[in-house]
Amino acid sequence: MKELFPKKQVVGFLFSLILTAVALLVYFLEMPFGVGMIVLLLTAFTQAGLQLVVFMHAGETKDKGAIYASIYYGMIIAILSILGTLLVMIWGYV
Amino acid sequence: MEFFERFAIPHPSPLIYASMVAIGLTVIAIIAGLTYFKKWGYLWREWLTTVDHKRIGIMYLFSALLMLFRGGVDAIMMRAQLAVPENTFLDAQHYNEVFTTHGVVMIIFMAMPFIMALMNFVVPLQIGARDVAFPRLNALSFWLFFMGAMLFNVSFVIGGSPDAGWTSYFPLAGNDLSTSVGTNYYMIAIQIAGLGTLMTGINFIATIFKMRAPGMTLMKMPMFTWASLITNVIIVFAFPVLTVALAMGTFDRLFGTHFFATTNGGMDMLWANLFWIWGHPEVYILILPAFGIYSEIIPTFAGRNLYGYKSMVFSMVIISLLSFLVWAHHFFTMGQGAFANSIFSITTMAIAVPTGIKIFNWLFTLWKGKIRITTPMLYSMLFIPIFTIGGVTGVMLGMSAADYQYHNTMFLVAHFHLVIIPGVVFAMLAGLTYWWPKMFGFMLNERLGKWAAWLVASGTIVAFFPMFISGLDGQARRMYTYSESTGFGIWNMLSFVGAGILAIGFVLIVYNIYYSTRYASRDIPADPWNARSLEWATPSPTPAYNFAITPEVDSRDAFWNAKRSKKSLFKGGYKDIHMPNNSGGPIIMSAIFFVLGFALIFSLWTVAIIAAVGIAGCLIYRSFEQDHGYHITADELKEMEDNNGGAK
Repeated sequence: MKELFPKKQVVGFLFSLILTAVALLVYFLEMPFGVGMIVLLLTAFTQAGLQLVVFMHAGETKDKGAIYASIYYGMIIAILSILGTLLVMIWGYV
Repeated sequence: MEFFERFAIPHPSPLIYASMVAIGLTVIAIIAGLTYFKKWGYLWREWLTTVDHKRIGIMYLFSALLMLFRGGVDAIMMRAQLAVPENTFLDAQHYNEVFTTHGVVMIIFMAMPFIMALMNFVVPLQIGARDVAFPRLNALSFWLFFMGAMLFNVSFVIGGSPDAGWTSYFPLAGNDLSTSVGTNYYMIAIQIAGLGTLMTGINFIATIFKMRAPGMTLMKMPMFTWASLITNVIIVFAFPVLTVALAMGTFDRLFGTHFFATTNGGMDMLWANLFWIWGHPEVYILILPAFGIYSEIIPTFAGRNLYGYKSMVFSMVIISLLSFLVWAHHFFTMGQGAFANSIFSITTMAIAVPTGIKIFNWLFTLWKGKIRITTPMLYSMLFIPIFTIGGVTGVMLGMSAADYQYHNTMFLVAHFHLVIIPGVVFAMLAGLTYWWPKMFGFMLNERLGKWAAWLVASGTIVAFFPMFISGLDGQARRMYTYSESTGFGIWNMLSFVGAGILAIGFVLIVYNIYYSTRYASRDIPADPWNARSLEWATPSPTPAYNFAITPEVDSRDAFWNAKRSKKSLFKGGYKDIHMPNNSGGPIIMSAIFFVLGFALIFSLWTVAIIAAVGIAGCLIYRSFEQDHGYHITADELKEMEDNNGGAK
């Protein structure tokens, strides 16, 4: 029976609940804006990664190379677009 | 009556009334014709509900040609208005509407469906697949695009066309400064068509990754398939930005939000930023398939394999990444400082390097080749010099300090037309001529085709080179008239003449299609150009299932090598083929999207809610629908193959 118990999924589910609870603390506790944002960003990205790997089976098939490559590529593009936008609209704006 | 007043044209003229009559008569003629010849059933069964990638490709093709003429008429009107100083052919408002619709129609409703047409038709054949990965989604993509295009075209007879430029910059495009519903049309029609494009992107990535013939590794794919793969990756990453920007713009216009307003914390320039985060990759979405087409045509007619296959792939991958890093060069004068501008200047110049690699690879492919100058090859040869001039002036524009001089002048207009026309239009016309026999089973007339190619190329040169000069002299783009003392008159007259030559070229292409349909021989081989890739291994026109036996590939130019060594690509016997059923779902759902879009544009909330419920209904119905397709049995297949000569 031990092999049949979906340990990875159950642990993953509990962990995702904990992440949600931690993110909620930002609302319920008094903390500086910067700290709150860091907590939210960290929990959000961990949560996204957890969902992808545990519940969306990202690494379980033969084409996991292509899957991870597209995820990384998407993240690179998103981060560069955000940094570029900040550069154009705020940091580099005179 | 009050209800109907909102549909009136805010700024009518005899030209628009004439077009209303013309549109009305055309619609009546089409309906009457279909009824008289009893073609409704045929149209519905064979075309409107089809999920066959080849037929969808052909429908994209005809939509694109239709839109090419709509956008072309806009262009001629603009050139006619500017041909002489102080002209009164169009007034300022009409001129604004004409250049806006010209831009949108040409980019989103002409160039995009044209590349979709060739991608749809060619990619599954080139990789030895029976169809795309999701045939019904493909039909939905087409119909969403089509309904978006039709919705946009309705604007100039109902409610008024958008007039804030194809870039539709806020705050000009906001409610305060654009009071007609025109910009609503822009936001919603492009949104609907864009959804279709995004689905195509996902569909083709899945197709190319998952459905290649056995033995065709990524590095053995034909170059057009590679170009399509990279293009679709860019689509999937770029189009969501447009979707979001358009949604925010729609909210600003319809629901009074302030994303792009100048007050209440809005950032008007954020629109320009988001628009170009999509807009610059969009340029490469258009150009990469064109590069792929040239990479198919040049080796075929030079009789040599493509020089530098790996560097071609590598340069496209680099272009796809760099295309996301250069967008701010579209608004160097927006107000950011020298530091930010320098960064984007450098990335812009960097992108010229992989593009240059590709140009040299084509030239090296020609080197010592046995060149046959056919119509597709002629377009490719005309493309290289004209595109290079367009590209080099782009590097000039990319230098941010100098750009303050060129920004928003006719110099810019000359630059982007000289890259887009040879880059996209020549490639599409070349691809059209090249794959025409595969699509329709006869060839286009070579003599007429070459005449058209020369006319289109010389028209392009005569129309756009003078703009470099008038632009450097200070003629701003989008100016509806100018005084005689500016001295712009002669250059604009020359441009008008060039536009006329271009128009004659396009008329000749249409005449060629008519002439060849009537007189060309139907008795042509399946591989009339002596080409290199798998699509030519199928009979012309290709049967619905494409390949009776799935081909097995062991090299880059597998079909070419098989021809030379007289081996067959098709091993084994016939097996049952599983085919998808046709479906009315896509066209019905897209038609409801059209109604939803129209209702949103005119703020008809009840209709909009009913349509939205209808769309949700279509989705729910599809989720529970049982549709297992049908099978062509091996016996039926054998009979069909014996009739059309069998796989080669």
